[in-house]
Amino acid sequence: MFSYCTDPKTLEGLMWLSCYVTTAKHMSFYFSFFVVMGLLSLAAPLAMAFGFAGATAARSSLKIVRAFGKGYLAMIRGIPDIVFFLFIPIALDQAFEYLRHKVLCSDVTEAVRQGNDFVVCAAAKLPLNTASEWVHDIYGFSLALLAFGFVFGAFAGNVLSGAMAAVPKAQIETGEAYGFSSSQIFRRILIPQMWIYALPGLSNLWMILIKATPLLFLLGIEDIVYWAKELGGIKTGVYEYPHPDWRAWYFGVLMIFYLSLTYLSQSVLDKLSTRLSKGQATMAGKAV
Amino acid sequence: MSSCFQTFSDYGLRSIGYGERLLPKADITLCEQFVLIGSGMIWNIYFAILALLFGFFFATVLALGKNSKLFLLNAPCRAFIFIFRGSPLFIQFFFAYDLFVLLPRLGVDIDLGFLVVTVETRWLTKAWLGALIVLFFNTSAYAGEIFYGALRAVPSQDLESADAFGFTGIKKFRRIIWPTMLRLAWPSYTNEAIFMFHATTLVFFTGFPAWQQKGDAIYYASYFADKTFNPFVPYPIVGFYFILLTLIIISLFGLINRQLNKHLPTNERKRLKINKYNLIR
Repeated sequence: MFSYCTDPKTLEGLMWLSCYVTTAKHMSFYFSFFVVMGLLSLAAPLAMAFGFAGATAARSSLKIVRAFGKGYLAMIRGIPDIVFFLFIPIALDQAFEYLRHKVLCSDVTEAVRQGNDFVVCAAAKLPLNTASEWVHDIYGFSLALLAFGFVFGAFAGNVLSGAMAAVPKAQIETGEAYGFSSSQIFRRILIPQMWIYALPGLSNLWMILIKATPLLFLLGIEDIVYWAKELGGIKTGVYEYPHPDWRAWYFGVLMIFYLSLTYLSQSVLDKLSTRLSKGQATMAGKAV
Repeated sequence: MSSCFQTFSDYGLRSIGYGERLLPKADITLCEQFVLIGSGMIWNIYFAILALLFGFFFATVLALGKNSKLFLLNAPCRAFIFIFRGSPLFIQFFFAYDLFVLLPRLGVDIDLGFLVVTVETRWLTKAWLGALIVLFFNTSAYAGEIFYGALRAVPSQDLESADAFGFTGIKKFRRIIWPTMLRLAWPSYTNEAIFMFHATTLVFFTGFPAWQQKGDAIYYASYFADKTFNPFVPYPIVGFYFILLTLIIISLFGLINRQLNKHLPTNERKRLKINKYNLIR
């Protein structure tokens, strides 16, 4: 980075440190913070979409759709989320490859599952063996993102379906009395009014989502946990910047990063909740 | 069927070091997956029960501390709760493990009268103690916040009646405040207990090594998924075990909830509905 960094073994003190924290690997470490923020900003809307679909399905008049929606919302309650994080990326990957295998290599007659192996033809591999490094990275990240969307969608679905149930019945009946169709009631009455009931649950969910981001590490993404382990480990004399076991320091930095992120979110959400309560016929609304 | 009994005796207690030493490698049967993953559940139950048990008392202390008017008492309790609730448990595990590794290797003899136990700092780097401590602190912080909220919600009439009857200090707390606090906090606390059981699955994915392949349910599940390239069997088995466990927790905590609400008129009793709309954590 700096011109004096060419021979780090001769440097000392702050000069050494300034060179140490600007190595290429440290740049990847800093970049991985953006990966976390990117995941957060993409996973939140995706989870809302999944959740909205789930909550709507759970209210459907069709029995099959309703059962499907309710099953989706209930599943997250009994099973640890990490099971889904481990399961969904592999399951999706195999499902995609299996489908591509069926379509692209219809001439291959051997079974895909052979004992302990999962064999698809070369053309069905995702991403292709010839694909460049960044395609693999993007593909892995997308699978992780889908897993996050799916799990947090179930959480969000629970919150939204609770909020829909909390909208006063009289409001719905008024809509019916005015001759609104059921989809009109859903769009014009239920949806606009449910947000205030959903807000506490959704802000809670946002905090859970922030605290779930380090699980990216389990999905094989080079995220902040990966780099903290990598950079913090003991570096012997053969390395350019030898140092003892500094992992505790690196994870200390991650602790501070997450604490400030949750603290910041909390104060923003508190402000938002005060603003939304203004003028509402609730205790919080009267207090303002 | 008889071979499944054989598998059970071979692997039933594998996670705590009894039975067959080598894990199944080839021709993995459904029975082996069921037994070994079930064996791993011993660790999940061990971690969760001990953490919840110790955490329950520490959480009460934290809640009282946070509610205290003395800055010297409430500042550390606030900070503790903030740190453990504000950061991911996953990172806490890594951070704690790496701190424990840095500790000097010491042994302290503790004389119990009939037996001398050498307490070693090395134990902290093992999952059974190190991870337990992290889980204990974590659940204490979450439960402490729940109890604090409940403490603030204890009706003022209850306190006035206690004063009128001349209850003070410890007696007032033990007979009036604490039972009411528990009753109000119980539905959320049940939720926390379920989350705690789920959180134990993180232990062996962090710094804490699974020594001699003695791991928890999900450790074995991911082992099988790696070996068979088939995630569709082991993960649903873990899911099955956890759903079973969750149902057991709900019914146990439901019984306690009935006990806590026993004195109320029936129409005021709160049934323990696992409030799926207000997620904690």
